[in-house]
Amino acid sequence: MSALRAEEETETEEIEDLESFRRRARAFITANLAPKTIDEMRQDYSVGDEEAELAEIAHERDLQRMIYDAGLAGICFPRAYGGQGLTPAHQMVLNEEIVGRDFPWRIQVPTFVPCAAIILEFGTEEQKQRYLPPILRGEELWMQFLSEPSGGSDVAAALTTAVRDGDQWVLNGSKIWTTGAWWSDWGLCLARTNWDVPKHRGLTVFMLPIHQPNVEVHRIEMLNGSREFCQEFLTDVVVPDSDRIGEVDDGWTVGTRWMFHERMLFNSPYASHPVGVTHGSMDATSVFKVAREAGLLEDTATQEMVGEARMLELISDAVGKRINESISAGKLSDQAAAIVRLFKGSSQERIRTLGFEVAGSAGAAWSGEGPTTRAAINYLIRQGGSIGGGTLEMARNVVAERVLGMPRERRLDKDVPFRDVPRSRSSSG
Amino acid sequence: MLINPTEEQEFFRATTERFLVEHAPPDALRRLRDDADGFDRDYWRRGAELGWTSLLVDEAHGGGSISGAGLVDLSLVAYEFGHHAAPGPLTATNVVASALSDRGSDGEQAEVLAGLLSGEAIAAWCAPELGARPDTWRTAVEIERAGDALVLRGTVRPVEHAGQAEHLLVTAREGAGLTQVLVPAGASGIAVETLETVDLTRRFGAVTFDGVRVGADAVVGVPGEASSDVGRQLRRAVTMLNAEAVGAMQAAFDMTVEWSFDRYSFGRPLASYQALKHRFADMMSWLQAGHAISDSACAAAQDDEPNADELGSAAKAFIGRYGGELIQDCVQLHGGIGVTFDHDLHLYLRRLTVNRSVAGTPREHLRRIAGIVEAREGEAA
Repeated sequence: MSALRAEEETETEEIEDLESFRRRARAFITANLAPKTIDEMRQDYSVGDEEAELAEIAHERDLQRMIYDAGLAGICFPRAYGGQGLTPAHQMVLNEEIVGRDFPWRIQVPTFVPCAAIILEFGTEEQKQRYLPPILRGEELWMQFLSEPSGGSDVAAALTTAVRDGDQWVLNGSKIWTTGAWWSDWGLCLARTNWDVPKHRGLTVFMLPIHQPNVEVHRIEMLNGSREFCQEFLTDVVVPDSDRIGEVDDGWTVGTRWMFHERMLFNSPYASHPVGVTHGSMDATSVFKVAREAGLLEDTATQEMVGEARMLELISDAVGKRINESISAGKLSDQAAAIVRLFKGSSQERIRTLGFEVAGSAGAAWSGEGPTTRAAINYLIRQGGSIGGGTLEMARNVVAERVLGMPRERRLDKDVPFRDVPRSRSSSG
Repeated sequence: MLINPTEEQEFFRATTERFLVEHAPPDALRRLRDDADGFDRDYWRRGAELGWTSLLVDEAHGGGSISGAGLVDLSLVAYEFGHHAAPGPLTATNVVASALSDRGSDGEQAEVLAGLLSGEAIAAWCAPELGARPDTWRTAVEIERAGDALVLRGTVRPVEHAGQAEHLLVTAREGAGLTQVLVPAGASGIAVETLETVDLTRRFGAVTFDGVRVGADAVVGVPGEASSDVGRQLRRAVTMLNAEAVGAMQAAFDMTVEWSFDRYSFGRPLASYQALKHRFADMMSWLQAGHAISDSACAAAQDDEPNADELGSAAKAFIGRYGGELIQDCVQLHGGIGVTFDHDLHLYLRRLTVNRSVAGTPREHLRRIAGIVEAREGEAA
């Protein structure tokens, strides 16, 4: 694990103790990062005009640079690549200190986790030297070119194809569900390099610049008006072999860790998350505010629903921490990250339902902008969080089969060349 | 259950586990169904020797913890109690012992505490119920002063092991405040009506105080100002009940996972059906969530952190509700055998069912959480 590597490297050096680290972080944060409420942090710029969104991203890049200059970027990344070579405990301190402050949290994911974490884990020395420092300085933002229109959960069934041409590769295909690809710089891309072997054995991971004529980016509008997601069309995109990460046809080894990092991202030591800020756009405080707006705070059934929302929020935090610790302690396999995914996804569904329930008839039609507006819109897109990042059904399979060791589902894509595997009618290879 | 117990904690836990495997096997629990007390005094004394009663008691009073965090240590015992559906007045005796250690007087109350520590005596906690707001309590017992004496009137129910206890810690309303008194169970004017329950080894009573007179030296803490003491006692009781319930969930879950591998229908093990695998995945997430919130709430209650009540209520509500769903689903997945007395599964269902409904039901704890959220938002506004 790369976190352990980071610790080993710095073993001979004096590791800054947590209290002096906290003092240093706090001094920088209070002097340089403006106060910001959770609601302000949650604002979805992709709903509005492009100028505002670009300005926000530019602002976050600037903040990241300041944090880098202050020696607070990449807490668990080795110093050799621009990080701090510190421990997850230091990251936790930073997570506590940035609460209520303007912080570039939008660009943490997926740039730091999973992309930078994967480069750290699988990159060559040259790749780590080249790509990690600009990430930590906020200069280069990364996106995951992982999912494809032909299949969301079945990531390893990627149809995007890379064909070798001397010391370079030529990529063709389409990727989807990339957040903010239109303002990002690099894509971490899973592609098929061999159609004549079973699907997991013919994949390879590449790194490619997004802004180039052969990559076309389309924005997608979601049910809540968000336009954060994009679809890309890759046409004869040329990637030098030096920008391949991991071995040829061994991309699934990378992919497995990639998805592990993705599932753990809110508990990952490679990104910063203000403590107590939930990332769903509906939290218990919002549910409370909706109930207050509806004048139902004295209603015992409503009180129980507000309490339930807060209960699920507190437990989501606790289960994330516990599974993380259990994995670190070797008590559970990496696959147990799916438990966190499952619990948080189910809880967020329920919290969104509760927010809508307590709105009363205002959930049907409302005026102005307020907590109730969010409640109705969030109910409309309730399932989004149970689909994106891997469906809950996939998480249930992983928990049952990989954590509890139950028999795997019968599959028709095993031990046959990928080109012979049945595919959806709509996806042409 | 702690992920990283210290070596001493693990030794301590394993000692209790071995003791319970030997002295509280399922057949013994079934036999205790017809026992008036539900547990054997000698068994309890030997448990006290293992440290079951001393962890929340200050060293100056003859107690002491394993790790310096007595409530965390005790949660390991409570977990094993749930995991084995073990008999004995664990929660009430520890709550009362800790109250006497914190607030008790040096004379007679110190002697009572010594008896609880050694396991010679047990105590019942006549707790008030959760009130409408986070720090308010409901009790039907009232105190009137008659000269130097205090006179108690009212009924508390249900009280665990009221009929077996030598001592009762009672919370009563006195004017606008709450007062706690330690009363000998045999005092004149006390009547205990035996109640029925589903747990095989726990006994409950309704305790009526009909003009019970005690001296001022029976008061524990400051008269009229017991509200925060009650809050602390509730946090401790909730911590133990939660750890116990998680132990019961784990036992039922493990038993059912094993069954799903061994039981074949239509030529396949149950564990091979995706419809059932997905239910096991949900149960696994509830089980891990139960462990997680139980331990977080315990750590917060250990040091009486500001968020301890909120976490404790979240744990109590979640474990009561989802723990019940988990074990009921374990019954469903067992089929007919799961609803028979000969099978062991119901031992855990019984334990969880009772824990769910004492020291605040899930619904009461959810309302309490809402009250805490409202108070916080009120302050922020």
